Amino acid sequence: MKSDVVLLGHGSGGKLSHQLLDEIIIPHLSGISLKNQNDSAVLPFRGERLAFTTDSYVVDPIFFAGGNIGDLAVNGTVNDLAMAGARPVALSVGLILEEGLPLRDLETIVRSMRKAADRAGIAIVTGDTKVVTRGGADKIFINTSGIGVFDHPHSVAGDGARVGDRILINGPVGDHGIAILAGREGLELGNDIHTDSAPLNGLVADLLREWGEAVHVLRDPTRGGVATTLKEIARQSAVDILLEENAIPVRPSVEGACAILGLDPLYVANEGKVLVFVEGKAASGVLDLLRGHPLGREAAMIGEVTSGAVAGGKVYLRTAIGGKRIIDMLSGEQLPRIC
Amino acid sequence: MKYSKEFRDPQVAARFLEILAAAAARLDGVKTLMEVCGTHTMAIHRHGIRSLLPTKIRLISGPGCPVCVTPVDFVDKAVALSRLPDVIIATFGDMVRVPGSTTSLLKEKAQGIDLRIVYSPADAVALAARNPSRRVVFLGVGFETTAPTVAASILQAEKSWLENYFVLCAHKTIPEAMALLGEDPEIPIDGYLCPAHVSAVIGTRAYASLATEHAIPCVVTGFEPLDILQGVALLVHQILDGRAEVENQYSRFVRREGNPKAMEILHRVFEPCDARWRGLGTIPGSGLRIREEFAAFDIEKRLTIAAEPAREPSGCCCGEVLKGKIAPRDCPLFGTLCTPEEPVGACMVSNEGACAAAYRYGA
Repeated sequence: MKSDVVLLGHGSGGKLSHQLLDEIIIPHLSGISLKNQNDSAVLPFRGERLAFTTDSYVVDPIFFAGGNIGDLAVNGTVNDLAMAGARPVALSVGLILEEGLPLRDLETIVRSMRKAADRAGIAIVTGDTKVVTRGGADKIFINTSGIGVFDHPHSVAGDGARVGDRILINGPVGDHGIAILAGREGLELGNDIHTDSAPLNGLVADLLREWGEAVHVLRDPTRGGVATTLKEIARQSAVDILLEENAIPVRPSVEGACAILGLDPLYVANEGKVLVFVEGKAASGVLDLLRGHPLGREAAMIGEVTSGAVAGGKVYLRTAIGGKRIIDMLSGEQLPRIC
Repeated sequence: MKYSKEFRDPQVAARFLEILAAAAARLDGVKTLMEVCGTHTMAIHRHGIRSLLPTKIRLISGPGCPVCVTPVDFVDKAVALSRLPDVIIATFGDMVRVPGSTTSLLKEKAQGIDLRIVYSPADAVALAARNPSRRVVFLGVGFETTAPTVAASILQAEKSWLENYFVLCAHKTIPEAMALLGEDPEIPIDGYLCPAHVSAVIGTRAYASLATEHAIPCVVTGFEPLDILQGVALLVHQILDGRAEVENQYSRFVRREGNPKAMEILHRVFEPCDARWRGLGTIPGSGLRIREEFAAFDIEKRLTIAAEPAREPSGCCCGEVLKGKIAPRDCPLFGTLCTPEEPVGACMVSNEGACAAAYRYGA
């Protein structure tokens, strides 16, 4: 029963999204293979490198615990540049507004964009605004594009993982997705659940300055969560990965919310987290560096690259009680359970 | 969540596994235990429990995923209703991707039907109150855990004089299906891991006849990894002792008599009926229908639903999977023609379906 129209699952960041990219979008638009898909394009420019990226934000609700669509749109694109190892320098903002959006809401949103841009040290240099009739969009959609430059010679990309690399993350997983779900459904899940949306460029700059040689992959586990992101990296780098469930930080409130909703925190979206693949001998130093940064206090080492893959690239999880299972990409959307 | 870590303690798990290995060594051959409930199926995969069990213990998945056992024509009816101009379909999330004869609610949503995913039937009642000019139809699917909440929603709608809230009802009860499987000579079930949440409502006494009449050991078991290991160990000990009893591993939530208040609400609104289960056929007394007294809320009593003729997907082995006769991977469609993205059978759709679990966790 293959669909001949776009389904919501095509936007989930999981398997259907990859299918859409591989079968329709990439063949017609660029021809770049899956192996080279990264958060930013890195372009040669007069002997230097330039990073360029774009992202659109359609989050619902537009205001949620700890943030709104505005700061999310700035941080998300800043992070996509940072994941390429670039220093973000310039940002464009495209606003699509639905007729009837309260101006006060718009002002709140653009004010948080300004604040987020200042925090990340990126200039908003150009923009565009369109208004569509009521129902033609949902309140506000934002597109941001960003340009970044490189202050170092290191190259980090999704195909850089090597056997023996350790995998680190800068804090607990699943906060953003659960905060959004709680806001959307009006669920009362306690007050320590809020988005982790944050600009990671400062942390990444410190990391590359101190440990540039040893850092092989940086990737932010947004849609599809840590599980889907690691599966992508395993495939791009043709390696197998082993994760330790006990080592993966999850807030008890997020864990509880996931249990109630039938979700796996490994598949829930993050907006202020980075997965770092580093050489084994540098791992403890990198962990110390992450923990010394305000956005990495709860950083943890969660797994390692165990072997080169014969085919594909598999991600395994050693479960809390010592069992072993395979981690695959998110399939369809994560839906709540019914019994 | 309180207690989640305690029930995942690696040291305790290792100790349990030692005890289990010692007990299993004394078994005379491989024993087949069925986890009846979809939540168990998911937990067993998620925690990698199969990879830890002694080889003499075989776990098979049962029919306790409500979405999976809902027949095709129910989806067809829901689709037909959704195409009526004034209808809002309200449902739990898992139902939307279940394939009907030719389409699913999710595909219809892309074509413009008004479909709302709710977390509770009470949300569907609130939706009806907010939309007085529309008819809100809630898809009543699920076992004894969900049925009381749907019964409560009908009582609430009645109390609020709502005339635009309806239920399309396909509720089912678990013990009858377990009895049927227990009688099937092709499926040698040596023990049941009985559902946790369902048992919290119906109580351990609901399984008494399975133990006494069918001589099948039963252990009501929780959903955390240590619960499951202990449940399996209790079953192994019953088998070794030649006992067939109902034991309660999940005593922190489940009582012998269940939840009398929930059962009272359930029986006030619903009465038993024969029900068709996808893959299992019609099982006498295994369904719940809305009592005549509440017919005003029964959409099938209020209008004739013009659904397309039901057509089961060809080659789909969901029935065999639901009975535990074959493992998901033994189905010729598994992972090729039938995947979570393009499901053919319902077992691949639900988070708790045996095929979806096997696919996702590579079992």
